[in-house]
Amino acid sequence: MKPSRLSAFRPKVARLERRSFIKQGLSLGALSLLSGCTLKDDDAVDRLLSAMSRFNDKMQAALFDPTKLAPTYSEADLTTPFPFNAYYEEKDVPLVDGESYRLQLSGLIADKRPWRLEELRALPQSSQITRLVCVEGWSAIGKWRGVAFRHFLERIGADLTARYVSFRCADKYYSSIDMPSALHPQTLLALDFSDAKYGYPLRLRIPTKLGFKNPKFIGEIFVTNDYPGGYWEDKGYNWFSGS
Amino acid sequence: MADAAGAEKPQTIHPLFIRATHWVNAFAIFVMVLSGWRIYNASPIFGFEFPPGFTLGGWLAGALAWHFAAMWLLALNGMAYLAYGIVSGHFRRDFFPISFKRALNDVVLASRGRLDHAPGRYNAAQRLLYVGVILAVIVAIFSGLAIWKPVQLQGLTALMGGYDTARLVHFFAMAAIVAFLVVHIALAVGVKGVLAPMFTGRAEAPR
Repeated sequence: MKPSRLSAFRPKVARLERRSFIKQGLSLGALSLLSGCTLKDDDAVDRLLSAMSRFNDKMQAALFDPTKLAPTYSEADLTTPFPFNAYYEEKDVPLVDGESYRLQLSGLIADKRPWRLEELRALPQSSQITRLVCVEGWSAIGKWRGVAFRHFLERIGADLTARYVSFRCADKYYSSIDMPSALHPQTLLALDFSDAKYGYPLRLRIPTKLGFKNPKFIGEIFVTNDYPGGYWEDKGYNWFSGS
Repeated sequence: MADAAGAEKPQTIHPLFIRATHWVNAFAIFVMVLSGWRIYNASPIFGFEFPPGFTLGGWLAGALAWHFAAMWLLALNGMAYLAYGIVSGHFRRDFFPISFKRALNDVVLASRGRLDHAPGRYNAAQRLLYVGVILAVIVAIFSGLAIWKPVQLQGLTALMGGYDTARLVHFFAMAAIVAFLVVHIALAVGVKGVLAPMFTGRAEAPR
């Protein structure tokens, strides 16, 4: 995939700001579709689409096989340079000081002691070369190395029966995933990747979900039973977004 | 509109079940294509984008919400239609045999305005087009599933030639459906007396 083509996506990401599915975006297609219905009542359509999205969360959770591994690739397949993608421009990536960095833990976790980078690095590390699929449709193959998330969650005494694992990030991004996906063998708390701009010092790599469910620059992890939402999810993207 | 039983039965050229699934399908395809164009625009495969005014959803998340809602309607309605078509004998009776030669011959006749159109009977060109578009929708659904779930349904994605190729297959299946629609709608509107029976079920001028 050519980097020039990928850079073309960035302005579009920045444009994705509207919360309502149709309020400001009622296009010709939608108009002709709705003529004859109560056109003024945008909210009824919004509610129906939201209900279908929640239904799709459930269907995807049912389809999710906790033992099914994402296909892996070889070094030769790596996409270089790996596309940078965020809700902001590349020049605005947060700079996190690794020395003073502490991973904060909260919620349904027995041992909430913050973690230093060296401590995370002392845990068993594994690496993977997998395909990251963006909600926009493009994909790229990358390499990530770090701690198996399941191992980390067990180590900190997280309540593994809780429904959600949620992330707050240094770039003000936030997202959340379901516990079964968090415990998938390929879900990685990644410490090593090709460049700091992809989430230094800590990011999630979860090949069983779309790219935007892979938060970067993670500052805090919390475990909860209350739906935590996410940056894009709250704007209307499907929450489960499994791959 | 209820069908009158018995004596008037032969006049019903499109059974209620076919009419109902046809219009549900028309709505679902309309939503899938227009929202699909918006999704395509988020990461165009080729050097063009669809005019935003002819898309559905307003932005990517809206388009995806429409797409992943209407897919259930398309798939469930499509399965009901296929089941009916097989069980009732509609496919066997009305679609087969399919002959490319006769279809071509019919197209030539139609272009000269000499093709007879008997209500309720599909000519060879129609048979080929209808079976073709059913196959295109099936390919669109399976390639769509391959893109949607390249991990959980990785066997299907591999069958489609991998993730990137599955996107191409999905695109060209859409293109085939849209090409069909151009011809189909032009004929439905242009040929006298074929559109109304798709609502009423009855031929306008009984023979």
